[in-house]
Amino acid sequence: MSNTPLLKVTEARKVFGGLVALDGVSLSIGSGQIYGLIGPNGAGKTTFFNVITGLYAPDGGRFELQGKTYSPNAVHRVAEAGIARTFQNIRLFPDMTALENVMVGRHVRTHGLHHGVFGAILRSKAFIQGEQQIRAQARELLDYLGIARYADSIAKTLSYGDQRRLEIARALATEPQCLALDEPAAGMNATEKNLLRETLERIRQDGKTILIIEHDVKLVMGLCDRVTVLDYGKVIAEGSPAEVQRNPKVIEAYLGSGATHG
Amino acid sequence: MHWGNVSIPLTRRNAILAALAVGAALLILPFIVGLAGNAWIRILAFAMLYIMLALGLNIVVGYAGLLDLGYIAFYAVGAYMYGLLASPHLFEQFEWIRQTFPNGLHNSIWLVVPLSALLAAVFGVLLGAPTLKLRGDYLAIVTLGFGEIIRIFLNNLNAPINLTNGPQGLSKIDPIEIAGINLSRPIDVFGLTIPSVQLYYYLFLILTVLVIVITVRLQDSRVGRAWIAIREDEIAAKAMGINTRNVKLLAFAMGASFGGVSGAMFSAFQGFVSPESFVLMESIVIVAMVVLGGMGYVPGVILGAVLLYAIPEALRYVAKPLQEAIFGNELLAPEAVRMLLFGLSMVLIMLYRPRGLLSARRAT
Repeated sequence: MSNTPLLKVTEARKVFGGLVALDGVSLSIGSGQIYGLIGPNGAGKTTFFNVITGLYAPDGGRFELQGKTYSPNAVHRVAEAGIARTFQNIRLFPDMTALENVMVGRHVRTHGLHHGVFGAILRSKAFIQGEQQIRAQARELLDYLGIARYADSIAKTLSYGDQRRLEIARALATEPQCLALDEPAAGMNATEKNLLRETLERIRQDGKTILIIEHDVKLVMGLCDRVTVLDYGKVIAEGSPAEVQRNPKVIEAYLGSGATHG
Repeated sequence: MHWGNVSIPLTRRNAILAALAVGAALLILPFIVGLAGNAWIRILAFAMLYIMLALGLNIVVGYAGLLDLGYIAFYAVGAYMYGLLASPHLFEQFEWIRQTFPNGLHNSIWLVVPLSALLAAVFGVLLGAPTLKLRGDYLAIVTLGFGEIIRIFLNNLNAPINLTNGPQGLSKIDPIEIAGINLSRPIDVFGLTIPSVQLYYYLFLILTVLVIVITVRLQDSRVGRAWIAIREDEIAAKAMGINTRNVKLLAFAMGASFGGVSGAMFSAFQGFVSPESFVLMESIVIVAMVVLGGMGYVPGVILGAVLLYAIPEALRYVAKPLQEAIFGNELLAPEAVRMLLFGLSMVLIMLYRPRGLLSARRAT
């Protein structure tokens, strides 16, 4: 295996007016890792996500996916390049069924004339086969996330945990190399969190790389191979979960300066 | 079930039987209403034109969730395109046209229908391109302006070069001719005289069925899902790799093309077009058809179009005698009754069925 990191971000910078939200953030994620991005509220984690996935245009930095630079200036192109994401506050297509949500995820990997307007109107053989394939793949993904029984339910009627799972299924449908999850465990109870951990480990075993923002320190420590800690838009620590946990700067950022001296 | 499909068990056999029954009823319908006069068949024919318009707008408003208050502009584009290509106006105005087409401009329906769809689609993209970043109220205002711009252009493009003949409009527009049958003359089939309006009704019916088939097929496809995804959550749609710019433009173009075809048919049917057929009120009525019937749901949109077109038309014939019978004289002009009912129905729909008369009933 080559040593090229799957996702490498160098000196990412993002400024909102006078606020420097990201001040030269660099990180490098190896293929097949589960990589944690943590930090106190307002540290810039979600901004970093929005920058690497093209939602916010960066004010500087170099972005490489599998050794190739990509420019995060259009969200749909980032998805095409191979980064799929979920959102902190779930963003499903609420009035579509769970299955249709995942089918939309196949959009970016289904091209060609027969998938366009003419294929659809003429119902060409290739179109029908393509649709059947999209449907089958979407069902498979729902099954993979354990929510196949809700395939025909309207997305907004699913429970909170299932909506989070559906969002992951939809992201996986785009065949990403890197799956970026923004607080996937938010609002989940202990059982759901355990289930999530199993799911993420399975996704990793199946060859995906995962970048995860998470507040639940226990979950991050148990799950991630490496962790980067952000505070005020800067990287304050990087390393294995155990290393990071002992880092005085991290303790200070989370608990205040008194904690290290007391 | 797929998005937007009815929840009754829809086996292929049932669907075909239902389609045959409805088809037969629609074929026979003009013979029945024709007994009360050709004016009623004319109402049916116009209802078809409005169904096409409403289904076209449904793609933009119902599927892609982009509020378009200037949709009538595409109807105008189609109508004027046919009017210009099939009336003596350009022939009389331009020397080079007289020389190139010594017999005048007459065009076959096989050319006109695709061309009107195409031209309207181009205008759809023209409207769509500058409004891509707008949503909701802002988009509505720009599209409203676009609709007015088209009408004002048509009104004023009679100088310095007389292109549209201004407010006087285009007259002497050719009727449609298919396979040697001129639709403006009645024909005899097995001793049965079928009047001209009824021939047009059948033509419009065929086109409407075509538009319905295209709509339903698009809805259940990758393109249709992308439209609905944009309506549901544009950012999430982008994150799924949907190129929202292209997909929105496609919605504008597809929607406009239905309007263009409908407009061309209107022009041929009337034999005359003028800018006053394309006022803002028409755009609003079409939006109301889509909203009242059920946004994004084909049977709902069809119902909305029929109700909002046919009922006010019927009122013209019924309102006066009815009022005279009840009150002894006519208290309200049919137009006033029409607007009253229109407003009342919108208020009631918003109160009691905010998703429209018929909406996709979905299992939860």
